[in-house]
Amino acid sequence: MSTVEKEIRKRTVGSSSSPNYGIGRGSSIIGWGSSLPDLVVTNADFEQRLDTTDEWITERTGIKERRWGGTTCSLATAAARSAMEMGGITADQLDLVILSTATSDQTVPATSALIAGELGYSCGTFDLDAACAGFTYAFVVGHSMLQSGLNNVLIIGCDTLSNIIDKQDRSTAVLFADGAGALLIQATTGESCLRGWDLGIDTSALHLLWCEKQGFITMEGKEVFRKAVRATIESANSALEQSKLTSSDIALFVPHQANKRIIDAAAQRLNIPEDRLAIVLDRTGNTSSASIPLALCEAADQGRISKGDNVLLAGFGAGMTWASMVVRWGK
Amino acid sequence: MNQEEAFETFKSCAVEVLQVTPEQVVKDARFADDLDADSLDLVELVMALEENFNITVDESELEGVETVGQAFDLVIGKVG
Ligand SMILES: CC(C)(COP(=O)(O)OP(=O)(O)OC[C@H]1O[C@@H](n2cnc3c(N)ncnc32)[C@H](O)[C@@H]1OP(=O)(O)O)[C@@H](O)C(=O)NCCC(=O)NCCS
Repeated sequence: MSTVEKEIRKRTVGSSSSPNYGIGRGSSIIGWGSSLPDLVVTNADFEQRLDTTDEWITERTGIKERRWGGTTCSLATAAARSAMEMGGITADQLDLVILSTATSDQTVPATSALIAGELGYSCGTFDLDAACAGFTYAFVVGHSMLQSGLNNVLIIGCDTLSNIIDKQDRSTAVLFADGAGALLIQATTGESCLRGWDLGIDTSALHLLWCEKQGFITMEGKEVFRKAVRATIESANSALEQSKLTSSDIALFVPHQANKRIIDAAAQRLNIPEDRLAIVLDRTGNTSSASIPLALCEAADQGRISKGDNVLLAGFGAGMTWASMVVRWGK
Repeated sequence: MNQEEAFETFKSCAVEVLQVTPEQVVKDARFADDLDADSLDLVELVMALEENFNITVDESELEGVETVGQAFDLVIGKVG
């Protein structure tokens, strides 16, 4: 193990006392849903507008097309509605709704308040922002609330990054896009669906990915690339360790969908073969908080995971935050 | 580690990351033209070198590095 890895490991595993993962109330994922805007922007569309090529974008990122449009509220509401329908849960049965987003529609109120208005729930609800790693943060927080007594918790990841990119800047415009995904968790008498998790931040990367208020995303791509590969591997390994599992126990790996090259580098080092990878970024681009649930929902809809399967989620975002978890699939 | 051993380590990193043959990894080989490596391949190669030689290489130090020899000199300079 290199010194860099040891350093990250020390931080991810942490020195504080270990929580008792999975102890307490049981839980299960009972519904999921996702939503994308209608407008498809292909690499060929960018070739018309910017000095770029489909070949450059595909080789460097794996992205072929992405979706732009909608508001954070509209996309998040649609994804949430599908998850609730699948779970057979009505608005008045919800106990908590967390929206992970870095692109709230307005500064005040939180976008989750607008979603409450749309869906008609009145339980506790708030926005959470841990950049592109946010969905897993929200799941871990929501799940711990469920373990302390709630019955139905809805976790939504949604971002509309098309609002915070300079569409004339080829180095960012081709990467970022819009979408939403949601998971509904319910308390059960069985085992906990959250088997292990790892959250953290490496502030040496603070300046590498930035967006001023009313501004556009700027990024040092190569440095982000390096740190992202390492953070994903280290964090995924920590979550596996907490779960007392190895990568061979993982039926599906759902990484943050930022760049296929980052995903491949991480998957290779985690010993996870291509057929156990969930990939949507070729069609969605990087949708930040929505990326992991979008990929997970698609795999679930395609029947790639079944009840009891272990699913590993791992991501990173501006900060550089990271977040990983192993969940036991429900339904 | 002597220079020869170091170059063997360098070579095995390049072979694995860039998916080239050991014979292609000679000092005057150019990453882009001869080894078909793009900018992100080089990022991945540097990551492998950092781990195998236990060094850190900043992105800024890589400016102007175009050949295997130049990259190897950079690594050797750090290993000492
Ligand atoms: C963004 C990324 C694809 C850029 O690849 P890169 O190899 O680092 O490219 P660079 O930024 O160094 O740019 C290299 C050249 O390509 C050019 N370039 C950038 N975007 C381009 C595009 N869409 N089309 C064509 N050329 C492009 C640059 O302008 C630069 O040109 P120059 O050498 O003439 O100055 C890559 O760094 C990356 O994906 N990093 C991770 C980012 C990430 O995951 N962020 C999300 C965090 S949540």
